[in-house]
Amino acid sequence: MADHAVVADDEVDLSRRKFLTRATIATGAVGTVFAAVPFIESWSPSERARAQGAPTELDLSKLEPGQMTITVWRKSPVYVVRRTPDMLARIAGHDELLKDPKSDKSEQPPYARNPLRSRSAEVLVLIGTCTHLGCLPKQRFSAGELSAGWPGGFFCPCHGSRFDLAGRVFDGSPASTNLRVPPYSYPNARTLLIGADEKGVA
Amino acid sequence: MTVKTATGAPARLPGAAAPKKGLWAWLNKRLPVDAFLSASATGYYAPKNFNVWYFFGSLALFVLVMQLVTGIFLTMFYKPGELTSFDSVEYIMREVDFGWLIRYLHSTGASAFFIVVYLHMFRAFLYGSYRAPRELLWLIGMLVYLALMAEAFMGYVLPWGNMSFWGAQVIVNLFGTIPWIGTSLVEWIRGDYGIADAALNRFFALHVAAIPLALLMLVVLHLVALHETGSNNPDGIEIKEKVGPDGKPLDGIPFHPYYTVKDLVGVGVFLVLFALVVFFKPGLGGLFLEAPNFEPANPLSTPEHITPAWYFTPYYAILRAVPDQRMGALLMLLAVVSFLFLPWLDRSPVKSMRYRGWISRTALALFAVSFVALGYLGMQPAEGLYVMLARIFAAIYFAFFLLMPFYSRIDAVKPVPERVTYHAH
Repeated sequence: MADHAVVADDEVDLSRRKFLTRATIATGAVGTVFAAVPFIESWSPSERARAQGAPTELDLSKLEPGQMTITVWRKSPVYVVRRTPDMLARIAGHDELLKDPKSDKSEQPPYARNPLRSRSAEVLVLIGTCTHLGCLPKQRFSAGELSAGWPGGFFCPCHGSRFDLAGRVFDGSPASTNLRVPPYSYPNARTLLIGADEKGVA
Repeated sequence: MTVKTATGAPARLPGAAAPKKGLWAWLNKRLPVDAFLSASATGYYAPKNFNVWYFFGSLALFVLVMQLVTGIFLTMFYKPGELTSFDSVEYIMREVDFGWLIRYLHSTGASAFFIVVYLHMFRAFLYGSYRAPRELLWLIGMLVYLALMAEAFMGYVLPWGNMSFWGAQVIVNLFGTIPWIGTSLVEWIRGDYGIADAALNRFFALHVAAIPLALLMLVVLHLVALHETGSNNPDGIEIKEKVGPDGKPLDGIPFHPYYTVKDLVGVGVFLVLFALVVFFKPGLGGLFLEAPNFEPANPLSTPEHITPAWYFTPYYAILRAVPDQRMGALLMLLAVVSFLFLPWLDRSPVKSMRYRGWISRTALALFAVSFVALGYLGMQPAEGLYVMLARIFAAIYFAFFLLMPFYSRIDAVKPVPERVTYHAH
């Protein structure tokens, strides 16, 4: 025997070698997964982005009946509409034309899961991005403005989704859910706070 | 392998370089320059019957290099960021010497890239270049195409015009249609609650570093796979099966100098057309650069109608043709990945359209018409007749792939010649 080990084939412990190879690969794979975590995590919203996503206040006293204002919360436009009694009347009576009339599949806080989709009947608060692919639906509030029988609502110019005056989506739209309602509350009678409610900050 | 002559001295193989002395020999002992050139150019045999369709591979490579060079120079002046992107592009256009030219070369180059790649792919459809033994070559090519789509999309976002912003909004939100993880996935991609600085900066990093690296590696793999199987040709027959006494294909000619010279002519013609666009119509009537992108990104104002750049519009038309958003996104994805299955869907006994019957030819013609028609419809507003037509053409598009295993098998074929069809000029 030479002093450097020459191992004959039948002396190789193949099962041991196979085990060691597999153990090395497994350890390496686990290590790769752990090493990937910081890189993947780095893409999550940063502390600054989260701080800038804090709740937004809006003074409701300046909003006339029938008017809509757009404010920004978390980089998304938020539509706030003060609905007139006439507009509220036009929300009822077309449930059979809607995809989700009871807002079962749609995203909203529990207090907005009603036919008017709001805490108080008058004020409608919606995230102003289409639930299809995020464009801004335009206001088409007058009856008949879009087509004969149009009850008033929103129309997305990108892919033609249509919503009623409660932000509920009409059949035949590419969007499949109603416009989203953000969490909101009324700290006092004339102030709307978007992004925070009794359950805390979203 | 050395061929010996009658005298016993080693003969020089055709195309192989003469033995060198001095510095060249010194170099070759340390770096296989001659061996590499001989294997990949002077000793690489390509079929002698290439036609005009075979220009587009080398043109794609040419455009890639042009995009890399112009892109590197653009990064020297461009500043990614919500507040700086749009202004720095205007700075390039107005104040950097020849900045306008470099940017127009890059923006026109992006469209030119897709034109030559689509023609290159159509060539494969025509002559069955995706068939065995070139399935992997086709798959790698498709990965190049996918990487190119990602690269083009992110590049389109960088000028931070209003169409950049809303295009990014629509495309990123497509990921939101994935069940369960959609919403958090979209937030992760954006790094914020909306498309903003974070998204813009990571798209910049991906556009200038990550994807170009991946693209280059994939292109190298594409070429390695090509040189392993050898090129297909308009007759769809393997030239390697008919070799002369020297072991070289009878119907092949060395890539260099024959095809390098031919491809140079192609590059010349391409550059004439390219320059016409760059210098006279860089926006090509809103097709290469869209009007809404000349105003800065505005999260509170959607452009009248959002359309992606023309090279994505066939898929975009399919997305919009479906009334359900998840289904639309799924079909759009399917429309892109259908190409990957082509080598296994095609059951025709012959490769080239030249020897196939009327069914295959009609199917391919209908597919090509549908692709172009969907491309047009994707630029139109999503309403009425346009949506109806998009549905019809989308049905033809998918039928082309889904029915291929049947019609390609039953279609009549003509006898395939033993040797390539070639007429000396």
